[in-house]
Amino acid sequence: MSTHRDAKGRPLVAVTGLGVVTSLGQGKDANWQALTAGQSGIHRIERFPTEGLKTSIGGTVDFLFDGSFTAPQLSEKLATLAADEAVAQSGIGPAGDFPGELFMAVPPVEMEWPQKQEMAQTVDGDVDYDGLLRAASTGKFRPMHELFVFGGVADHIADRFGTKGSPISLSTACSSGATAIQMGVEAIRRGETEAALCIGTDGSIHAEALIRFSLLSALSTQNDPPESAAKPFSKNRDGFVMGEGAGALVLEDYDHALARGATILGIVAGCGERGDGFHRTRSSPDGKPAILAMQDALDDAGLTPDDVDYINAHGTSTPENDKMEAMSCAAVFGERMAKLPISSNKSMIGHTLTAAGAVEAVISFLTIANSTIPPTINYTNPDPAIALDVVPNEARKAKVRTVLSNSFGFGGQNTCLVLTAPPEAA
Amino acid sequence: MTTQRRDVVITGIGIASSLGEGIETHAAALAAGGPPVVDTESFKPYPVHPLVALELDKQIPKKSDQRQMEPWQRLGVYTAGLALDSAGLKEDAEAKSALQVIVAAGGGERDHAVDSAILTGLRGQNEPGAFLNERLMSDLRPTLFLAQLSNLLAGNIGIVHGITGPSRTFMGEEQAGVDAVRTAQARIASGQSDLMLVGGAYNAERRDMLLLFELGGFLRQGRFAPVFARDDAPGLITGSASAFLVLESAERAAARGAKAYAKLSAAGADRSRRTTPGAVEAALTKLIDGFGAIGPDTLAISAATGCAGITGEEAAALKAAAPAARRIAVGDLVGHSVEAAFPVSVALAAIALSAGQAKEAIVTGAGHWRGEGAAHLVKA
Repeated sequence: MSTHRDAKGRPLVAVTGLGVVTSLGQGKDANWQALTAGQSGIHRIERFPTEGLKTSIGGTVDFLFDGSFTAPQLSEKLATLAADEAVAQSGIGPAGDFPGELFMAVPPVEMEWPQKQEMAQTVDGDVDYDGLLRAASTGKFRPMHELFVFGGVADHIADRFGTKGSPISLSTACSSGATAIQMGVEAIRRGETEAALCIGTDGSIHAEALIRFSLLSALSTQNDPPESAAKPFSKNRDGFVMGEGAGALVLEDYDHALARGATILGIVAGCGERGDGFHRTRSSPDGKPAILAMQDALDDAGLTPDDVDYINAHGTSTPENDKMEAMSCAAVFGERMAKLPISSNKSMIGHTLTAAGAVEAVISFLTIANSTIPPTINYTNPDPAIALDVVPNEARKAKVRTVLSNSFGFGGQNTCLVLTAPPEAA
Repeated sequence: MTTQRRDVVITGIGIASSLGEGIETHAAALAAGGPPVVDTESFKPYPVHPLVALELDKQIPKKSDQRQMEPWQRLGVYTAGLALDSAGLKEDAEAKSALQVIVAAGGGERDHAVDSAILTGLRGQNEPGAFLNERLMSDLRPTLFLAQLSNLLAGNIGIVHGITGPSRTFMGEEQAGVDAVRTAQARIASGQSDLMLVGGAYNAERRDMLLLFELGGFLRQGRFAPVFARDDAPGLITGSASAFLVLESAERAAARGAKAYAKLSAAGADRSRRTTPGAVEAALTKLIDGFGAIGPDTLAISAATGCAGITGEEAAALKAAAPAARRIAVGDLVGHSVEAAFPVSVALAAIALSAGQAKEAIVTGAGHWRGEGAAHLVKA
């Protein structure tokens, strides 16, 4: 059997399965239809009371549970649905026996208020942590341990899909989903595994999570109408809108996929990552880490800026990110940036945080497959300081073979992926 | 396979615990076998190993940086600095731009006073949701969130020590530490990287983390007992500790004339399904067997938790796979440091080899509820 290698002599990393859930719906078809129709999944939050909060909107996924649930339970459900779709499409392995490793971007979780309140009910007098510890030591709340340990969600997914080895639960803040993909790529390139299940999931919109971002002034407060709040690259953008969702990809050594007759959906051709030691929440004003991450990803793929047909932007709709991203793209792509399409899925689904890099990678492969670029909606008031072709408001037909997908996060995390169409002649 | 296999050496070690800070302190404790520092009063009935007082200014010069962090982050940033110092890389801007960081991290500390007041106030509220919103909006410190984000330990290491290479944060209790070491070793061995900083930090002196473990019944109460002798009351005794390691390709280390403390020849991980007794023992035995023949004069550094069942299984695996090895339980020295437990154990193994206490070392650990890991080190 012939072996295929990339420009650097490494195994090619093929994508053979994709799955996605967002506030727009469950599955690739529902999401693609809504994304190309320019629909917004942002709505008024009804999951918890929003009285007294500056932000009362979000892209919550509300169609999966009837009763109450915690962030890890929703995150696990979202991941399960996305992975079910991806694994089924790939046709890899018997059910529940995935022949590869698991790389998962999961939100940091901790005990939530309803659970603490439940324990507090058993405490006499004023509540303190010693009282909660006494309640815990009765053993009556034992399931809460497995619910709130960080490794819990990935452990359950590993059990359900039968992935091999030690499952990775990771966080690189808002670039986590992209890092999960990068880790799968690296493991396949090292020859450690022939397949990887890479998932980004986030179902963590609850009152305290929203309030924490709100206290950092990171969220849009333009609550009315909700669907207009996320407006990346617009002059009046004022923050991001929290979203929920999951994206899952089955990555596979290209030759392994060919040998079993799998349909190749695309290639993860390159990954780039850079740290930013500038500030905890702000990016270097010169955009240097983002520029280097994009250049590294292109170099890793053996491609040049001229090869890129479309940029799937990080595009959060915060004043700072969008300006920094536009400037960084201009530095990488030069004059070509004026006519190179760049759009932000977050205008429609909000910022799915931990999941975003994976969700947007899935959408990028759909963009390639369907020769259609989803728009940046709510683009009615362009920021004159950022001259970009944001594919305003309406989807556009275009031949797209190579996508650069950007993810930037708190803590100086910058991760970029180069995603390409399947090779034409194998 | 096209992947290269290159030697990986440990050229930097930063460590701090209840015993003190630095390589010499911990080498002496390894040689003497303790004794541990235990506080049985502050968190009664739960004993903990409290962190030694650190002169933070030595590694985190700006007070403004110190204020932006919580204790577990300060501890991690501090030991990461010690590791860079010991590797001779602290002032090497070029190395720090290439340095890749993997951190095994837990979550941030709750504001215990705020939580307690809110939980008390929530009782009898007609509109608990509105009350919770109002209190959180006014009582949460905005910066607390950043001190709580798991990946902000890595972020702070970057900011304080001027590292502009990329970072990744692994979560998932003990196994995060195993996977961090394993991944860093594999990246260098395969040629994907030349230089990595890997480690973790854990602050045991906080009731919110004790609460998480006590929910599952994993904590030992009462007095200290050695890890492998807790049959009367099995469970964790947690300890504040952190270790960071600079891992480097042997070629790079040799080219710059760096001292290698030890060679990290292998690191592996598994996740047994703990539905049948013996699963942990089988997983650990398989990992150790993968290291090949274990020679005489080997040290077995165990990150065992002291929890029921799995601790005995780890002892059995060590006895079967490395019968001649001299066994040291890290919990008997510095306590159990969850995400940091495996990096601390690998650091102690490297320190022992560097101090001439053995020629070879294996490190094992089984997470309190999931995951098994092992590493193999030889004298550099």
